[in-house]
Amino acid sequence: MRKAQGSWEKRILKSLNSMCTELSIPLARKRPVGEQKELLNKWNEMGTDEPVLDLSLFRPVYAPKDFLEVLINLRNPNYENGDSHSFRTHLGLIQVPLKVKDIPELKEFFVELGLTAGQLGVDDSTQVPPELFENEHVRIGQKVLSEQDSAAAQQYIRQGSPTALRAELWALILNISSQPEDILYYEQLKTNVIQHDLLVDSLIYKDVKLTASNDDYYFVFEDYLYQVLLCFSRDTSVLGHFAYSSASPPKSYIRGKLGLEEYAVFYPPNGVIPFHGFSMYVAPLCFLYHEPSKLYQIFREMYVRFFFRLHSISSHPSGIVSLCLLFETLLQTYLPQLFYHLREIGAQPLRISFKWMVRAFSGYLATDQLLLLWDRILGYNSLEILAVLAAAVFAFRAVNLMEVTSLAAAEAVLADLSTLKVMPLLQIFLFATVT
Amino acid sequence: MAGKVKWVTDIEKSVLINNFEKRGWVQVTENEDWNFYWMSVQTIRNVFSVETGYRLSDDQIVNHFPNHYELTRKDLMVKNIKRYRKELEKEGSPLAEKDESGKYLYLDFVPITYMLPADYNLFVEEFRKSPSSTWIMKPCGKAQGKGIFLINKLSQIKKWSRDSKTSSFMTQSTKEAYVISLYINNPLLIGGRKFDLRLYVLVSTYRPLRCYMYKLGFCRFCTVKYTPSTSELDNMFVHLTNVAIQKHGEDYNHIHGGKWAVNNLRLYLESTRGREVTGKLFDEIHWVIVQSLKAVAPVMNNDKHCFECYGYDIIIDDKLKPWLIEVNASPSLTSSTANDRILKYNLINDTLNIAVPNGEIPDCKWNKSPPKEVLGNYEILYDEELAQGDGADRELRSRPGQSLGPRGGRSRDSGRTVLTTWK
Repeated sequence: MRKAQGSWEKRILKSLNSMCTELSIPLARKRPVGEQKELLNKWNEMGTDEPVLDLSLFRPVYAPKDFLEVLINLRNPNYENGDSHSFRTHLGLIQVPLKVKDIPELKEFFVELGLTAGQLGVDDSTQVPPELFENEHVRIGQKVLSEQDSAAAQQYIRQGSPTALRAELWALILNISSQPEDILYYEQLKTNVIQHDLLVDSLIYKDVKLTASNDDYYFVFEDYLYQVLLCFSRDTSVLGHFAYSSASPPKSYIRGKLGLEEYAVFYPPNGVIPFHGFSMYVAPLCFLYHEPSKLYQIFREMYVRFFFRLHSISSHPSGIVSLCLLFETLLQTYLPQLFYHLREIGAQPLRISFKWMVRAFSGYLATDQLLLLWDRILGYNSLEILAVLAAAVFAFRAVNLMEVTSLAAAEAVLADLSTLKVMPLLQIFLFATVT
Repeated sequence: MAGKVKWVTDIEKSVLINNFEKRGWVQVTENEDWNFYWMSVQTIRNVFSVETGYRLSDDQIVNHFPNHYELTRKDLMVKNIKRYRKELEKEGSPLAEKDESGKYLYLDFVPITYMLPADYNLFVEEFRKSPSSTWIMKPCGKAQGKGIFLINKLSQIKKWSRDSKTSSFMTQSTKEAYVISLYINNPLLIGGRKFDLRLYVLVSTYRPLRCYMYKLGFCRFCTVKYTPSTSELDNMFVHLTNVAIQKHGEDYNHIHGGKWAVNNLRLYLESTRGREVTGKLFDEIHWVIVQSLKAVAPVMNNDKHCFECYGYDIIIDDKLKPWLIEVNASPSLTSSTANDRILKYNLINDTLNIAVPNGEIPDCKWNKSPPKEVLGNYEILYDEELAQGDGADRELRSRPGQSLGPRGGRSRDSGRTVLTTWK
């Protein structure tokens, strides 16, 4: 796995370097004083400011579908599938035999989502009187917050967070408290942005303009996204997460000193090269936090706890490879007819659901539903729910999907998830389907 | 085709025509026998005018009240609200209660407004009280932001002065009527930008008052960051939220058109400010709309052939207080984006379901009480008959922000059906 991750990283870096050479733009340069002043003035409205470079020259370093191709080609050289004891071979795209949970194990893992427990996202709908669940749940949430009990908050949020308490609960679970030194640190990062211009900045601008700026839910927060992501790419504390990631930060060399380790620097400073759609990890958080340094801290913590696993190759149960395999296995095991049909018409389900999982469904679900989903990511400290939801969506649209005869038609059936209610879908799939 | 509704319109918009056609209605011309006429405001003037008007028969319905301008002309709206407040004060109603500084506690929802040139001197007196304030000049009879400008100096509106030198060359009637209102220079900003709310309200009858609020309203955002700085008072992209203006801005986006669903606003406010203040804000918005309708109800010609779908423009300030800016009789049916088209199509669809029950030939003698199932995305905003049935003393207890009964005070992503709280 590490080898695969290593070669993927090489490819990305090569792509970045060649863009840099093609466009004759340095990876990093110090801004002239005039430009620094201007950027400082425009800090709160970078969305309307003309970036110095023509953005059409840039292309994203990679998109999720490029990454999927790499994952599809992963093979374990030690694995012999020769005389298989199991009658069922895996018909999906992922060919790496990682251990994933089956539905009985998932039911146990996600026991709080069961039908006998109350849920926000189900039991707070208009038809249900609030005395039945909601009022008490809110009261408990307030108690958890007043006691500042992080572990209790994590347990509590498995049943969903009331809208008004969510911002504080997430901060509690992620151990974010805005201390003066945190605000100072953010201001320091901001100064770094003002003083130095990175090539990666243009990639960030481009990504925001392509995704969040056009999104019905998030376009309002465009300027916050620049403020967070530009600082993020300069934050060397993020390098810490590479200690538990299979990935390594890309290295670059001072001009003219290629190969000399004393002149190697991590590029970008935080070691994370953004890909197409990266800004969508930040966008939903803007509904919860309007103070930039707090928004920044929350995003950074979400990234180093969860999101980094969605775009690096590892064997971790919450890593994207495992999620893909979990999704495919669930579908093949519990909806075999649908799976087989889609495969036959050249519409491997993972080709459609991959982009949902890589983005943790941001930009695909309505925001209120997305936040209910991310509540559970925090509550269970796992991304597996993304794979389960993806399978549940296919199960929900199974009837229509059985009638399509092409990949394009299948994509069309699953193009619009904005009306879906995630908790009922998950409950039906895990707890109410005859297996 | 006996039994099919015959329709006419002088507004060529697909969201209308598609809705008529999907009901299997038959298009006819104005001179033929028609049942349903979706008319522009010019046409309604002709239909009900003394010279050119004609009587409508029982099976004919139109989409405007004859004197809707009592609500939809900026100067008349303000006049009627001022009159309504004074009346309530005279009868000692608790709704007209004032605070120590003389401001109405519950009925102060329209910014201080004067008519020009008629109230010029009164305006000058008010202006001099706070000379650094900004005021907004709006022509009474125009729409889409046309002719609007901001002033912060008396010299900028000299020509509306009654004693101005120019008045000797012009008669008063040729000087265009304007209203001047105190500009709300502390609007609530989201993402640093100013926005206003567009809410659709359907009125089926004024006496008794029965009105519905469309759950899918939206915020209209400016494309440029807001600044109260005097150097940007001329920059309409900062101050005016009308799409007709913003769409000419450099940063106008054709995918979302600067429109943000009201549900997003609710989610954002509840997440960042808490449930109580958000609930209170939305309660107050509903209150403002109902009070504005009650204010004009006595002077409205409650013709039984009429219904009307208004576009309410509301601005929220940074203290989370809603202000009524104006009411539009002919809210735009042009679609600026794909989502917009869907929204307006559904708006017309739900409106027709309420105004023309079962899609059958109308009988304007019906009681205008549609069953709950046909409301679609509308919810009952205020039903005077129902409210009175609950007991007249409800009126006294009803204040914005107070919730009554076990079903009060709930908020939903899909909009509230809890206007029973303060009715």
